[in-house]
Amino acid sequence: MTALAALIRRDIRIALRVGGGALIGVLFFLTVTVLMPFAVGPDLALLTRLGPAILWLGALLASLLTLDRLFTADHEDGSLDLIVMSRMPLELACAAKALAHWLAAGLPLIIATPALGLLLNLDAASTSAVALTLLAGTPALTFTGMIGAALAVTLHRGGLLLAVLVLPLSVPVLIFGVAASQAAITGPLSFGTPFSILCALSLVSFVIGPFAAAASLRHGLD
Amino acid sequence: MTLIDLANPTKFLSLTARVLPWLAGATAILLLIGCYQSAMAPDDYQQGATVKIMFIHVPNAWLSMFVWGVMSLAALGTLVWRHPLADVAAKAAAPIGAAFTFLALVTGSLWGRPMWGTYWEWDARLTSVLILFLMYLGLIALWRAVDDPSRAARAAAILTLVGAINLPIIKFSVDWWNTLHQPASVMRLGGPSLDRAFLIPLLVMAVAFSLLFVTLHLAAMRNEILRRRVRALQMMQASQQAA
Repeated sequence: MTALAALIRRDIRIALRVGGGALIGVLFFLTVTVLMPFAVGPDLALLTRLGPAILWLGALLASLLTLDRLFTADHEDGSLDLIVMSRMPLELACAAKALAHWLAAGLPLIIATPALGLLLNLDAASTSAVALTLLAGTPALTFTGMIGAALAVTLHRGGLLLAVLVLPLSVPVLIFGVAASQAAITGPLSFGTPFSILCALSLVSFVIGPFAAAASLRHGLD
Repeated sequence: MTLIDLANPTKFLSLTARVLPWLAGATAILLLIGCYQSAMAPDDYQQGATVKIMFIHVPNAWLSMFVWGVMSLAALGTLVWRHPLADVAAKAAAPIGAAFTFLALVTGSLWGRPMWGTYWEWDARLTSVLILFLMYLGLIALWRAVDDPSRAARAAAILTLVGAINLPIIKFSVDWWNTLHQPASVMRLGGPSLDRAFLIPLLVMAVAFSLLFVTLHLAAMRNEILRRRVRALQMMQASQQAA
């Protein structure tokens, strides 16, 4: 347990310090959201209607952008080999790394959401609904994305390949995230149904993600 | 002869060399019969002659999912039993599955134009098949991104199994999304009871297309084995010249 806690602490510390680049995701999120009105026009009513979708897409792309770093840096300096060889189960180590990554790169996105909601003319209730769905949904993005990150690091190919592999898998999270936000803002459906499915998707990804990522690291690293 | 005996590529090559002509012949005959029966099938009272697109469209759609199942079995063979031919089978199946999925999309779109008045409708089935197609393309991209075949095989096997778990979830969520956005605006095929005049040609075509897949898959596996041998010989030659 202490080894896992140490791993989480180390990863967060590396991510937040110089060269970590976890906060670049927030900057990207901000930039994408600011670019959207230039594309769809400055109509505030339209932006209110599209707001949850814009925020969800921005968060999805921002979390995808930072996923590349989940294993690459550790692979480059050799610490990934130490983690694979250590006595703790690799599945747990992968889960710890994903958790640390979500705390360092996913949580800031949710904290930034209220400010971005202002730009998109969302009221306080709508913004908090979107933030709540992001809180429930972004762990699923991180944990399924981790599979793509593990595959990419063992193949020495990052970037575009990672995006192509991970994006189709994130369709359910996007659907239920946006549906839950819309249900909270306009109805007519109840907020509970899509939100519980969103939580279920996150829970499923906690199971599948670490096992698939650990399998691909174990098979892939020589 | 068991599955383990087939692990020897030379045995596999000699067996398939004997089986393939028969398979190809049976496929051709069944396809001819199926096409004839489809052409002779009566027009639908509502859809007219366009209903005949179904005889091509439905077998393609079935196979688009069936091929992913075959690849998942091959992925288990790669990861669990380390069967030497499993990764060859998985690699050979991916482009064929992508082609079937693409044909299902194209024929569906051509069918949709006269029936729905549009080439593309964000219908739940169409959308989930489109995502299946994207996943096939991602898998092929993964195969092509790595030059070492065994390394690529293990990565592709993991992605295939993750996809097999996720595809039902994606299908379910797209269904949900679609009913939320456009309730019952899309016309459905005439109910669950399909007339015998349509059912028999459809079944013949389905069997014919499945045989077509088996034939193409075995031929592609042979090609892949031969390609690997050529590559190994080229590497040997290069290292001899260097020495």
